[in-house]
Amino acid sequence: MTWKTVLTVLAMAGLSMMYGPAQASSRWDEIVSKARGQTVYWNAWGGDERTNSFIDWVGKEVQARYGIIIRQVKLSDTAEAVSRVIAEKTAGRDDDGSVDLIWINGPNFLSMKDKHLLYGPFTQLLPNYRYVDTESKPSNVTDFTIPVDGMESPWRLAQFVFNYDSARVKDVPRTIPDFVPWAKAHPGRFTHPDVHDFMGATFLKQALIELAPDRQRLQQPATDADFEKETAPLWAWYDELKPLLWRHGQQFPANGPAARQLLNDGEIDLSMSFDPAEAAASVESGLLPDTVRTYALSGGTIGNTSFVAIPYNSPHKQAAIVVANFLLDPATQAHAQDIRVLGSFTVLALDKLSAEQRRLFADLPTSPALPTNAELGPVLLEPHPSWMTRITDEWMRRYVK
Amino acid sequence: MDAALRQIRVRIRGLSLFPTGLRPWHMVSAIVFGVLGIPIAAGLFLTVLPAFGYLPSIGGEALSLDPWCELFHTPGIATSLRITVTTGLVATLLALVLSFSFCAVVHGRMRDRGAESFLAPLLAAPHAAMAIGLAFLIAPSGWLIRLSNPWLTDYTVPPDIASVHDPWGIALVLGLLVKEMPFLLIVILGALNQIPVGQQMRAGRALGYGQGVVWIKIIAPQVYAQIRLPVYVILAFSLSVVDMALILAPGNPPPLSVVALRWFMAPDVTRYLPAAAAAMLQLLVVVAAIGLWRFGEQGVALIGLWWMTRGGRGVTGEPGLKLAAAFAMIGLALGLGSLVTLAIWSFAWRWPFPDALPSTWSLEIWGRQAHTLIWPLANTITLAGLATVASVFLSIAWLETGDRMGRRRQTAVFHPIYIPLLLPQIAFMFGAQVLVLKLRADGTFLAVAWVHLLFVFPYVLLALVDPWKALDPRYARSASALGASPAGTLIRVKLPILLRPILIASAIGFSVSVAQYLPTLFVGGGRLATLTTEAVAMASGGDRRVVGVFAFLQTLLPFTVYLAALIIPRIVFADRRALSGRT
Repeated sequence: MTWKTVLTVLAMAGLSMMYGPAQASSRWDEIVSKARGQTVYWNAWGGDERTNSFIDWVGKEVQARYGIIIRQVKLSDTAEAVSRVIAEKTAGRDDDGSVDLIWINGPNFLSMKDKHLLYGPFTQLLPNYRYVDTESKPSNVTDFTIPVDGMESPWRLAQFVFNYDSARVKDVPRTIPDFVPWAKAHPGRFTHPDVHDFMGATFLKQALIELAPDRQRLQQPATDADFEKETAPLWAWYDELKPLLWRHGQQFPANGPAARQLLNDGEIDLSMSFDPAEAAASVESGLLPDTVRTYALSGGTIGNTSFVAIPYNSPHKQAAIVVANFLLDPATQAHAQDIRVLGSFTVLALDKLSAEQRRLFADLPTSPALPTNAELGPVLLEPHPSWMTRITDEWMRRYVK
Repeated sequence: MDAALRQIRVRIRGLSLFPTGLRPWHMVSAIVFGVLGIPIAAGLFLTVLPAFGYLPSIGGEALSLDPWCELFHTPGIATSLRITVTTGLVATLLALVLSFSFCAVVHGRMRDRGAESFLAPLLAAPHAAMAIGLAFLIAPSGWLIRLSNPWLTDYTVPPDIASVHDPWGIALVLGLLVKEMPFLLIVILGALNQIPVGQQMRAGRALGYGQGVVWIKIIAPQVYAQIRLPVYVILAFSLSVVDMALILAPGNPPPLSVVALRWFMAPDVTRYLPAAAAAMLQLLVVVAAIGLWRFGEQGVALIGLWWMTRGGRGVTGEPGLKLAAAFAMIGLALGLGSLVTLAIWSFAWRWPFPDALPSTWSLEIWGRQAHTLIWPLANTITLAGLATVASVFLSIAWLETGDRMGRRRQTAVFHPIYIPLLLPQIAFMFGAQVLVLKLRADGTFLAVAWVHLLFVFPYVLLALVDPWKALDPRYARSASALGASPAGTLIRVKLPILLRPILIASAIGFSVSVAQYLPTLFVGGGRLATLTTEAVAMASGGDRRVVGVFAFLQTLLPFTVYLAALIIPRIVFADRRALSGRT
């Protein structure tokens, strides 16, 4: 199923290219000309200042190039945008919704795709989609095991990493089981974000992948029996770890940036992020001390892709499509990978680019806090979203009294 | 006998005014109830239905109790409920006791005007900004510990104690206290003006009562009778606050209002149903708490009566009062400290623990945020301006038609007009959102301004009622006798005399609008960013320096309006001492 749909998308993309560049480009020109003057309400999680600034920069660029205005709707949770579209569908607003573009992936994408709240497939319309790495970066076409089917367009890669302050600690846990002895040696000096936040949930998923008896099982939707069997070692491990956490595991930072703040304040020695360049960029912008270092676990860590999707009732679909295409522009991707900007790794395949375009990436500045690709190790696939939902619910059931 | 006579008089007046006087009154009340009543009633109705399983758009076709079952089976719901009830009641009780004690100790030593300008920044600061500042201040790595560090403490890393998001909700109580106490103080100072305090104090002292005992036994009961509505408003607000709870209250499990908000915002639509049930439970909690409070009032009244008639004198009340007043001072100082921390963070570049002040200062954050600030700032100002101007017009129309009708009816303390202040916002905001969606007005300026009006208008009216009532009716009578029309009297006599209270009421309205979080979020559909929605969205972990910029600006804006309200009469009435507010 997965591969079939991937192939369909690829075939469609291929077809649109084959049908003569003239036809494709005239269709594209039509989109671009309709997009002029439209305002794109881009709903994006607003908790990260650098992303907000990047979106702001995108807004300036597309205004200059295409006459499109971007208004970022800063969400404290992407689910807000999903529920807004649902509310609009409820009220019968099928053609003038309030959301034009959503920064989305995983469970929110599954939810919107299942409920037919998305416009598409549209990625085959994007001229820049041909640069996207659809082979060695599988998360670009399979979002949390869900086939993307052209219903969302990738724009940045994320990989789960840990950050520590090398001025305070030297040894760090390299595997999930290592966390327990490490926390015993450093009680109260580590925590994970709240499990309702994707970062906290990702930490538990990472642990699940390493501890589950049958890792492959996690790629299918969870069932009651499987869930109990596969997560039993996770809970045994977590029961040991929890009392050793910051605030004795009674309280958790709200999200990744809140955990980063704790690291900066010296409240903890080890935190996590979903962006290998975040620490380097944070040092650059004064948010972390320059002694912070980033690493991944020895068996690899979870990686995924951030996408943008267009709701079915967006009144400015053309402009949203143009923005999605702009995000895939090699120059945009190189700008985003600059640690002074976002530092997020590109979704493009460098070997599909021209030498000139490749140089944009090679010329980017580096930092001691920035890990190399080799240090990051293998990228593990996200489990099916049902595991995440269930882990969160089970965590609540077990630990919230 | 008296009551019967009064009734007859009212009837006669009603009859005699029927042909002419009733029309404008009807019109004004129709407008007010239409503007306020319809969205609230519709909002409540559209929240009650899903609470009982009826929301056809997601397949809820039949009424059922399932949402309630789901609500009560949520892990930690009992704790959520407990946190909500205890923090709300304790915060209100403490605010009341501390404010009274503070007034008892400082009244007479401090001029009202002095108190007003001292309290203005605390009154003006939106709840969210105050909460953010307080969290900066009291966190284990916060400013207080940083300040005390080299001398009192010796931390190289912050202590592992939960001083924010603590499981008991102490930080939330503190936050509420810091924000509600100044409000109560202003209300109490206003009420004290209606009582001959000096005279009663002298009488009490002559009879051998200590100063503190006179306060508790004689003055406090009279004041309390006047400020019951504000106390209930504080109680209802404290029980259902959302933005402060997001920043200061525990998260696992959070207070009830946050539980409801989380579900309303969940990607899984079926959570709307338990969310609506939680919102209704929130409403029940508020109603029950007000009932309990009333019950408590009667108990205190009974005991107080017995205690007073016993006639005990002496000065035993003094140390307790002074201690409470000291706590109140600490609370106010914490509030001011919170606001200062916001400002410092906004000008910091790096401020590592345990430095008492930033190691690198910079204007860069302000510069970098300047263009992202513009829209939220413009939205905040326009919304607040619109809602305030509309509220002031409506309030004046309401009070003036009331005057022409003969007062009483519409200035009663527990008039339905104050319902928006007593209802938990979450209980009708979801319904209001559905309503504006149906009208296709979500995210529009007018819709958001309208929903702000629901809260701004009652506060403006509340602030204006007393000065309006206190206006000597002989001015208007003289004007009429000299041949001025009613409209002329209003514009040329009453409004100029009332300029100062009108401006203060406007400033209060403005700050109420700036502070609105939930209504802006729900009705604005997220597309109308204000300083408050931005600050709250970033407060959970965002860059403190940027949050500092937003929260500081969020405080500065209403504060400037307050200052203007205090200064303008001095300029306009530079040659009329009694009108300019100088005493």
